[in-house]
Amino acid sequence: MSGYTPELKELIKKVEATRPARVEKARRGEHFPALTMDERKKWLDNYHPDFKEEGRRAVAVGPNIGTIMPEEVAFALESTSRLDTKKINLSKADYETDLLVIGAGGAGTAAALAAADKGLKVIISNKLRHGDSNTVMAEGGIQAADQESDSPYYHYLDVIGGGHFSNRPELVAAMANDAPLIIHWLEDLGMMFDKHADGRMVVRHGGGTSRKRMHSAGDMTGAEIMRVLRDEAKNRAESIKVLEFSPAVELLLDEKGAACGAVLYNLETKEYYIVRSKAVVIATGGFGRLHIQGFPTTNHYGATADGIVIAYRAGAALEDIESTQYHPTGAIYPEQNVGLLITEKVRGLGAQLLNIDGEQFCFPLEPRDVESACIIRECTDISKGVITPTGRFGVWLDSPMIDLLHGEGTIKKELPAKYIQFKRYHIDISKEPMLLYPTLHYQNGGIKIDANGRSAIDGLYAAGEVTGGVHGRNRLMGNSLLDILVFGRRAGLNAAEAAKTKSNTGKLSLAHVDKFSAELKKAGVKNPSVGPILLPDYAPEHVKTRQWG
Amino acid sequence: MADDNKKQKPLATGDRTIPPAGAKMIAIYIMGREYMVPETLTIMKAIEYAGYQYVRGCGCRGGICGACGTFYRFTGDYKLRSGLACQTVAEPGMIIMQLPFFPANRPDYKLENMQGTPHEELRKLYPEVFKCVGCGTCSRTCPMDIDVMDYIALMKRGDLKGAAIKSFDCVMCGLCASRCPAQISQFTAAMFVRRVYGKHILPKAEHLKKRVEEIKSGKYEKLLKELEGMKQEDVKKLYVEREREPDLAEPGKWMPKDTSKL
Repeated sequence: MSGYTPELKELIKKVEATRPARVEKARRGEHFPALTMDERKKWLDNYHPDFKEEGRRAVAVGPNIGTIMPEEVAFALESTSRLDTKKINLSKADYETDLLVIGAGGAGTAAALAAADKGLKVIISNKLRHGDSNTVMAEGGIQAADQESDSPYYHYLDVIGGGHFSNRPELVAAMANDAPLIIHWLEDLGMMFDKHADGRMVVRHGGGTSRKRMHSAGDMTGAEIMRVLRDEAKNRAESIKVLEFSPAVELLLDEKGAACGAVLYNLETKEYYIVRSKAVVIATGGFGRLHIQGFPTTNHYGATADGIVIAYRAGAALEDIESTQYHPTGAIYPEQNVGLLITEKVRGLGAQLLNIDGEQFCFPLEPRDVESACIIRECTDISKGVITPTGRFGVWLDSPMIDLLHGEGTIKKELPAKYIQFKRYHIDISKEPMLLYPTLHYQNGGIKIDANGRSAIDGLYAAGEVTGGVHGRNRLMGNSLLDILVFGRRAGLNAAEAAKTKSNTGKLSLAHVDKFSAELKKAGVKNPSVGPILLPDYAPEHVKTRQWG
Repeated sequence: MADDNKKQKPLATGDRTIPPAGAKMIAIYIMGREYMVPETLTIMKAIEYAGYQYVRGCGCRGGICGACGTFYRFTGDYKLRSGLACQTVAEPGMIIMQLPFFPANRPDYKLENMQGTPHEELRKLYPEVFKCVGCGTCSRTCPMDIDVMDYIALMKRGDLKGAAIKSFDCVMCGLCASRCPAQISQFTAAMFVRRVYGKHILPKAEHLKKRVEEIKSGKYEKLLKELEGMKQEDVKKLYVEREREPDLAEPGKWMPKDTSKL
């Protein structure tokens, strides 16, 4: 029941059989050849989920009509409302407020605090608990150019280069410029940053950085940020009201088409609430739990693309929505570690990727997208993946090589968290290899915004993973925690400015929902699903087939 | 080969578990009711396998958000155990109850204008902390293996730095508070102490303060505007030519050759 099953132990013998020769070669500096540029392109075109034609199609309606995107995303965008718009009474609001923030991870909470600072009344609608988000799962750190040898200029270059120059420049400039302000704000809120004795921030390099500017709080930077922001929001209860387990299911627009609230759904009592506000910030995070092309994900339970679905229905355009970040090495065994991220550092220390026969099939340090393609190819077309007892497939990462190459104890010293996470299930990764497959990590695209967080819809702002353009088609480590706070605060402040000069008297309307339904019909979308889905459904087939009611 | 590959499907997608034929099934008791689930699943996935769809009691599914605190016993064993449902493997005979929420005492406070010393403030906000009976149930209960009783002892003594550091791994699931005979909400008191430590005790970063002043004065606006307006080839050139700070450079000591963009 613990450790590897006898079948898998049998397969590990093949890895052990080839290991001495591989270690010998690695000591001599001989590596499996990296792909040529032409091969890279071919591998990506054929196997990377972003480049494959299979599983992708054009969306049939809405502002991005014709854009090719993952089927699951197109399917979600083409969903129909859960509301019967004829039944719903919009003449009276259940809640009136200055600003409605939808989603309360890092971005939403930052927006709420910023607006509260400006004297606004804020309601936060949250699907799960306050803080249930991908924010809490970000381990590595948060970037900001606050050292003497660094400046926002270099941060800008690193971000846009990492994104293959596909990012929108004004957003990159805003993020690089505000980064030190955000760190200062967090320090002032009492966040426990890793610091030297004299108060200087401890900073490290991350993938693609030219300066050491990765700030951290242990290996739970995101969790520390989230609990500090949430705690501060609780202290401001007189201006920030949090409605948990009440996700927004539609935006409300006024007669001029400006956002002026939302319909919330109480997941427990099944009631709908009408919220009227002068401005709206969407900060609902990403789409990992749509499991694009069946991939496991590193994302939290609520990452079901709610924000893009309701904003798209209301007419907001999306940017780079076809781009998804897969991390090449997510754990697939044991079951309780599925989706767990295995840092690049493991391969950096010399561990090799191997197929079911214990043979190498790729250079272990290709760019992330290429490495993912190699693993997918080995498991699909080549059929040399390893099948786990719970029906997943993947490849070996031969971690025991690390201690053989760098000396006994290296793994425990360099990868303490990973060592413990496997040891808990009786797998010693310094003695036995890990099983891995690419995992769905980050929604690169989303709602199109300007540097102030404004969307194309008047009164509608957005911030964080739900938006697109900041990272282009590839995000660097340490810039997502930064992104959510920079644009969360910008959206909150700008929404506050706009709300101050606005009355709260527009006529609430769901006409855009009816219009969208008509478009779906006209486009021939048959049996659209009901969206946003709000919660993933993991009930197994044998249960589903008996849900006869 | 290709045909074999087809036969292997359908494989598990997303987080839904498809156990292979012949997987060993075990009996677990979800809030007392028996369900048969495949072995090796976490409590969370076993509960989903049984057919439940979570609304409460499930968050990050990665052991950091504290949504899925769980108590359990084994049939025939008096011992009460605890863990996070997403991190604990379901075992035969487990009687499971999740605790998705537990009411906690959390008085509001102003971090800016504290009247007394941090220790006095703690005493005022959380007098119950000082009534800890030292039973150690909190430490035995913590799913993150934090020595909760120890950080409470440090708080009582006024060692807020120690308490902040000791409590740092807390995921705020609330299991400690649910078992405390002195009715202490350890995890909210610890949150207060960590913020007080971060704000008033940890030394401030001077280089950060300086950079913030520079940014507020608009120092980098022109440089960034130039980059924004540049042709892609030119930005690429700057990107490729930029100097990289050596990995082992001493904190705050290294400087690039070109300092004109700082």
